[in-house]
Amino acid sequence: MSARTHLATVALGALTAAAGATAIEARRRVASRGIGALRPDTDLVRQVVARMTTPLLPDDYLHLLNPLWTAREVRGRVVRVVPETEDAATLVIRPGWGWSFDYQPGQYVGIGVSVEGRWLWRSYSITSAPRPDQRHFAVTVKAMPEGRLSGHLVRGLAPGTVVRLAVPQGGFVLPDPPPPRLLFWTGGSGVTPVMAMLRTLVRRGTMPDVVHVHAAPERSESLFADELRALADQHANYRLVEASRDRPVRVGDLERACPDWRLREAWVCGPERMLDDAEDHWRRAGLGDRLHLERFSASRTAEAEGGRITFAASDRVVEADGATSLLEAGEGAGVAMPFGCRMGICHTCVVPLASGAVQDLRNGDIYRDRQGIQTCVTAAAGDCTIDI
Amino acid sequence: MAIGNVKEFAHLTDEQVEDLGRRFDAIRSSIEADLGSRDARYIRNLIRVQRRLVVAARVTLFASAFPPAWVAGTGLLAVAKILENMEIGHNVMHGQWDWMNDPEIHSGTWEWDTTCPAEGWKHSHNYVHHTFTNVLGKDNDVGYGILRVRPEQPWHPFNLGQPVYNALLALLFEWGVALHDLDIEAIRKRRKDPAETRRQLKVIWRKVRRQVGKDYLVFPLLSGPAFASTVTANATANLIRNLWSYMIIFCGHFPDGAEVFLEEELEGEQRPQWYLRQLLGAANFEGGRLLHVMSGSLGYQIEHHLFPDLPSNRYPEIAAQVRELCRTYRLPYTIGPLHRQYGQTLRTLLKLSLPGSSSQRRRRGEGRRAPRATIEELRRYDGPMAPQAAVS
Ligand SMILES: Cc1cc2nc3c(=O)[nH]c(=O)nc-3n(C[C@H](O)[C@H](O)[C@H](O)COP(=O)(O)OP(=O)(O)OC[C@H]3O[C@@H](n4cnc5c(N)ncnc54)[C@H](O)[C@@H]3O)c2cc1C
Ligand code: FES
Repeated sequence: MSARTHLATVALGALTAAAGATAIEARRRVASRGIGALRPDTDLVRQVVARMTTPLLPDDYLHLLNPLWTAREVRGRVVRVVPETEDAATLVIRPGWGWSFDYQPGQYVGIGVSVEGRWLWRSYSITSAPRPDQRHFAVTVKAMPEGRLSGHLVRGLAPGTVVRLAVPQGGFVLPDPPPPRLLFWTGGSGVTPVMAMLRTLVRRGTMPDVVHVHAAPERSESLFADELRALADQHANYRLVEASRDRPVRVGDLERACPDWRLREAWVCGPERMLDDAEDHWRRAGLGDRLHLERFSASRTAEAEGGRITFAASDRVVEADGATSLLEAGEGAGVAMPFGCRMGICHTCVVPLASGAVQDLRNGDIYRDRQGIQTCVTAAAGDCTIDI
Repeated sequence: MAIGNVKEFAHLTDEQVEDLGRRFDAIRSSIEADLGSRDARYIRNLIRVQRRLVVAARVTLFASAFPPAWVAGTGLLAVAKILENMEIGHNVMHGQWDWMNDPEIHSGTWEWDTTCPAEGWKHSHNYVHHTFTNVLGKDNDVGYGILRVRPEQPWHPFNLGQPVYNALLALLFEWGVALHDLDIEAIRKRRKDPAETRRQLKVIWRKVRRQVGKDYLVFPLLSGPAFASTVTANATANLIRNLWSYMIIFCGHFPDGAEVFLEEELEGEQRPQWYLRQLLGAANFEGGRLLHVMSGSLGYQIEHHLFPDLPSNRYPEIAAQVRELCRTYRLPYTIGPLHRQYGQTLRTLLKLSLPGSSSQRRRRGEGRRAPRATIEELRRYDGPMAPQAAVS
């Protein structure tokens, strides 16, 4: 029986793989040109195969042969876990069907990992330069103390693990061509998106005038320190200023570290405090439009009251405390919540508030009218109902 | 508390009922807190096995002109369809696996391998049946609008044909399920918006076209010279699935001991009373692990009704706790071997095709006919067993 099953699986696989693969290929190619539809002929093949697999999709069978052969939920296989520092590691991921390598340097990807049977999602900046000729991309994760997922990614992820992927997104990107003079200011794991930008510049062989101020508490904790120093040795245009706990660089010190910062277009990513300071500093200089910021976390200054959340269309009700976002509460109750960055940046998670009140965990604002709310950064302020 | 008038519960004090409610809640929380990789592995493996069976069956049936291949392929396909409809589809659509946060195994996205669209099923089954379980006039599953399954339902000469309707329903079960949510009775009595009926029909038609196309056109055509034998094989597999699921489902609420309720008995119903109604409204059957998996864990009908959205692989351990509670509180717990449960169901059906029902034990409110609730009335209902309360 099992031999026959296996044979049979292979047979159907062979039959549909060709069809499925061409369709996906076509979609990828077409998508990269910005046209929405598949080429009609491959679309037809896929539709015919779907007549055999209805009510499922061909992908639902094919991913049993190879977990990457599905475009229904884009998957990736972790091929290597490379330790970077004591508490950080780079994951090299081979994406499956439906993935596109035409992301822009600086963008982040959503990664879903099954932990104790539950899919947990977090965002990570891609650190590798977009290279369609390579079949991998990389992210670098720093384990957060008491973090639910990052520690597992750094220490507990075996090569071969299949993860899920959300399409790369984000506006913290390097334009092509880049401006002639740049300032990168990074702190801790905030160096990750800038790493993709630097690697892209190196690959293109056109290093503009770059000043990079990179901070880490200790030298041993500094991510990519060796690579950055090597860059500084090789490229006269790239100047690296390393900061640490003993030699900090604060906004006030910027004048000294990079006297011409006003003339540079700046990309800043790092801890919350640093970002707030930078935002302030550039705005006061009247240069707000030259500054690009990427926040990895929404600083939760407020705590809501909590309450009973009703997910109207899904017929679910949960009690949630004031520190739990509506997104987390919904996922915990099995509601299929939309999301992107999970940090209040992208607005993918917006859902209409039908009744009651919710509170913004970033600033304490209360929303109560019928309006769209970002579920990833709001929590129940008393009982509320949302339309999902 | 109106359900306290039901004789099985008459010995319970109000405090005991409250206490029971808390204990049922505690069973739920302990299972929920324990869900993890073991459970995820169960459903993923089951889905993998089921899909491999489908592929094996379809490939074998390319040779269906050769009789042994016809037999093997038909058997494999029937098993695959039964697994998909019962232990996988039915339970996934109940939201039993939603906690995994996996969009591919989620009640919101699952579409099962039968002519009934998931959307209609989730309404008629998850909501109407699981909320108003066995309430005469509200739960359309009490006889499915064509059978007299309770002596409390008044006799009509139409019921004389019951043995025939029953046989037809068994043979065409998939189609009965597909049309169930239309609520033919409401349409007949013009209590339903024709526009809604048209919309539902369109959804059903779209699903039927794809299902029928797959089994009776696409695969037969792909089999080339084995066209006819593939058609008969697929039809037989569907028929086996129909008969099996019909029998399992009829053993859920119709054997002796599973009771019906009157609308008055819902009065003042809170969660503890809702649990009691589920307990008394359902019947289990005994069997090995394989039988339970093949019957979608509906041999644990009682546990399924108490906790419709807890993963079915946990029903055996839940059942042990529920039985213990029933012993402690001297509550009935209806269970028997499958053949006996079905035998009782069939006997009741035949007996009730004739007027009178003197041998039946309980005849509360006999002869009174509760008006059937329309879908709109059900939607307006917001008591303790409104849908959120029933599944959350
Ligand atoms: C656009 C973007 C890009 C990113 N890129 C990267 C990257 O390249 N590399 C990287 O390492 N990370 C990156 N992140 C951050 C990453 O997405 C995760 O947030 C991070 O890895 C922590 O996840 P976690 O599951 O371990 O922690 P979580 O469990 O989500 O907790 C995060 C932190 O908050 C604390 N915390 C948790 N719950 C509470 C609570 N109720 N009250 C108070 N504190 C609490 C935890 O102790 C922990 O320190 C990025 C984030 C965004 C939005
Ligand atoms: S998920 Fe991006 S803003 Fe909420």
